[in-house]
Amino acid sequence: MKHFTQDHPLCHDFLKGAKKALDDDRLQAQLARSLKDGFQKKRLKGMSRLPEYQDLRDRAKAIKTHTLKNLDKYLEQFEAQVIKAGGQVHWARDDVEATKIIIDICKSVDAKTVTKGKSMISEEIGLNVQLRKNGIEPIETDLGEYIIQLRDEPPSHIIAPAFHLSKEQVAETFHEHHLNQPPDRDLSEPTSLVHEARIELREKFLQADVGITGANVLIAETGTALIVTNEGNGDLTQCLPPVHIAVTSIEKVVPTLEDADTILRLLGRTATGQEMTVYTTFFTGAKRNQDLDGPQQFHMVLLDNRRSELLGGPLHDVLGCIRCGACINHCPIYAKVSGHAYGWVYPGPIGSILTPHLVGVDEAHLLPNACTMCGRCEEVCPVRIPLPTLLRTWRNRAYDAGHPGGVQRLGLNIWAWFAKRPSLYRLLLRPAVLALRLMGKMRPFNLPAPQGSTFMDRYKGGER
Amino acid sequence: MNDTQTPTIGLFITCMVDLMRPSVGFAALRLLDRAGAKVVVPEKQTCCGQPAFNSGDVKNAQIIAKQVIEAFEGFDHVVAPSGSCTGMISKHYPDLFKEEPEWQARAEKLSARTFELTAYLADHLKLDKSLATFDHTVTYHDSCASRRELGVVDQPRKLLSAVDGLVLKELADTETCCGFGGLFSVKFPDVSQAITKTKTDLVIDTKADVLVGADLGCLVNQAGQLKKSGSKVRIFHIAEVLAGMATGPGIEGEGQ
Repeated sequence: MKHFTQDHPLCHDFLKGAKKALDDDRLQAQLARSLKDGFQKKRLKGMSRLPEYQDLRDRAKAIKTHTLKNLDKYLEQFEAQVIKAGGQVHWARDDVEATKIIIDICKSVDAKTVTKGKSMISEEIGLNVQLRKNGIEPIETDLGEYIIQLRDEPPSHIIAPAFHLSKEQVAETFHEHHLNQPPDRDLSEPTSLVHEARIELREKFLQADVGITGANVLIAETGTALIVTNEGNGDLTQCLPPVHIAVTSIEKVVPTLEDADTILRLLGRTATGQEMTVYTTFFTGAKRNQDLDGPQQFHMVLLDNRRSELLGGPLHDVLGCIRCGACINHCPIYAKVSGHAYGWVYPGPIGSILTPHLVGVDEAHLLPNACTMCGRCEEVCPVRIPLPTLLRTWRNRAYDAGHPGGVQRLGLNIWAWFAKRPSLYRLLLRPAVLALRLMGKMRPFNLPAPQGSTFMDRYKGGER
Repeated sequence: MNDTQTPTIGLFITCMVDLMRPSVGFAALRLLDRAGAKVVVPEKQTCCGQPAFNSGDVKNAQIIAKQVIEAFEGFDHVVAPSGSCTGMISKHYPDLFKEEPEWQARAEKLSARTFELTAYLADHLKLDKSLATFDHTVTYHDSCASRRELGVVDQPRKLLSAVDGLVLKELADTETCCGFGGLFSVKFPDVSQAITKTKTDLVIDTKADVLVGADLGCLVNQAGQLKKSGSKVRIFHIAEVLAGMATGPGIEGEGQ
C-alpha cells in the first residue's frame, strides 16, 4: 500500500484526481465510448442468454455466505489438498509478509526475471516495486497490464487495467518502447497491437525463472486454483517456468468444483458478457511424473491483509465479491473520473468500500462520499452485495472520525439545528428564499430560483 | 384512525417543494383532493433528514426522523411528491433505529403506509383518467430512488399517457443517475455537473419540449445544466402536469 503512495502522486487525492480526469478530453472520449456501449451492453447480452441468471445470483450468494461462515474449515481443507498435490501453502498476514514470501521463493531459485499473469492482489501488495528492489525483473504478460507497465501507470480498472487508454495511445506507447521494431510500422488496428505485444512477450515467457499469477477461485475439495483470462498468458505464466507462485486472498475459496462452476458462469457474463472467458485454467499442485508439462514447484500464497477482521462485522458482505467489475462499469462517478482518481488499487463502488478499510478512513473518507447513492451497483452485482449500505457504513464511520470537517460540517450542523426546530426553520426559509431568488438572477450560477413564498406560508394562508 | 371509507392522508411536502416550488405541493393537493381523499399537510414537518443521513450524521438523522414519525403518526397514509424522500422514510427510517426497538416499530409502521405520489395515485386511488390537457412532447426522468429503491417505473408513465394531448418520448439510458445525489452535488460539483451534462444531452436528443420528473432535486439539478447548454426545454414536476397546473414558468424559468 505504502509503495503505491510513494510511486503515484495522485494517491488518495480524489478531488485532484477527478479534476485531472474531467479535464482530459481523450480519457472522457474513451470512457464515453467503452462503458455504455462496451461493458454495459455486453453484460445485458450475456444475461439475456441465460434465463436462470437471477437464480444463479442467489446460488452464488448462498455459496459465498456459507463459505464465509466456515472460512477456516475450507481454507484448511484447501491447504491440505494443495500439499497433497505436491504444492506448498504460505500464509501472509499482510503485504509485507506476502512480498517477503514471494521474494524469498524467487531468490531460492536465483530468479532474474518473473513473468506475471494479471493479479489485483499483486497490485494490492505492491509486488512489482518490491521485486525490482530485490533485483528481480517483473514482466506483466496480460496485454493491459503489459501496456500500463510500459507506461509506469497503475491499473484503472480491475478487469481491464488499461481501460483508460485508446488504441491510439497504446500505439504511441509501443512506438516509444519497442525500439527494435521498424519505426514506420502500422499500429492503427488492435490486431497489429496484439501481434506486436505477442512478439515482444514470447521470448520473455521462455526465459522467465518464475511465473506469478493470481487466482480467481480456490476449490477446497481438490486444492485447485483457477484463473480466467482471454489471452492465454495465464497458462504460459503458470506452466512454462520451473516455479509457479499463485497469490490470492483468502475469501476466494469455495467448497466444491460445482461451486466454482456457479461462480464462473456468473463471472464471465457479468464482467464481459462472455459465457466463458477464452481460457479457464485449473491448476492443482506441482507437475506430477506423468504430466507432460507444468512447474516443478508450486507455491500458493494466501493473503489476509485484514480481510478476516471484516468477518461477521457490518462490512462482512464485501468479502463475497468475485471481482467482476460490474459495479465499476455501471457507476456514474467512475464513468466520469475513471480509475486513477480513486487513488488506490480498487476503483469504483467496490474500491470505495475496500480502500477505507485497507488504508484507513482518514486517508480515504472522500471515497464513500463520492457517490450519488443511485443504487445501480447493487442492482448489477452478481452476488447481490448491498454496496450502497456498505458505503453508508463508511460514511457513518467517516463522520464519527470528523469527516467532513470545517465549513461543510458547520453548514450541516446549522441546517440540522433548524431542521429539528420546525417553527424556527419556517422563519429561516423566508430569507433563504430571497437569497436564492437573488442568486438565480446572477450568472453564472444557472440556478433555478424559488417561486416566491414557501409552500407552508401559502398553505397556512389558506391557499389550496 | 378515521372510521369512514376515505383514508386521511398526511402530505409530506418535502423541503425542496416547500422552498423552491410550492406549486408542486398545491398540484399534489389538487390531485389527491380530486380523487376524493382527505389531505392534510402537518405543520411540524421540515425535511426527511437525508442531508444528515447521507453525510453519515446518524444522530441528527435520527432526531429528524423521530420528528417526522411523530408528525405523521395520525394518518392512514403518508404521501410525498418525491421518490427520494419516500425512499428515505419507507426504506431507511427503520434501519436508523436498530438500537431503539420502540422507535423502530413506529418507523416500520410509518414505512408501511408511506407512498410516492405517482404510485399512490395509480395504485391506491386507481387514477386512470386524465385530469388535464397538455399539448406537448414530454420525456420522463426516472429518479434513482423511485426506480430502484421503490420500483416505481410504470405508474408515472401510465398517468402521463392518460393526459390529453401529451406525447411521451422515452429518454435513452434512463437507468443512469442524473448526478444530483443531494449533497454530492455540493461536495463534488465538477463530477456532478459532468454526469448531469451527459444526462441533459440525452434529454435534448429526445427533442421533447418538456422534461418531467417526480423528484424536484433531479429536476432543479438538470434545469441548471439545460440552461447552460442553451436548451429551450421546459421542466415541470409530474404533479403539475397531471393537475393541469403546468401553465406558468417551468422550473427552468423561475426568477429570470
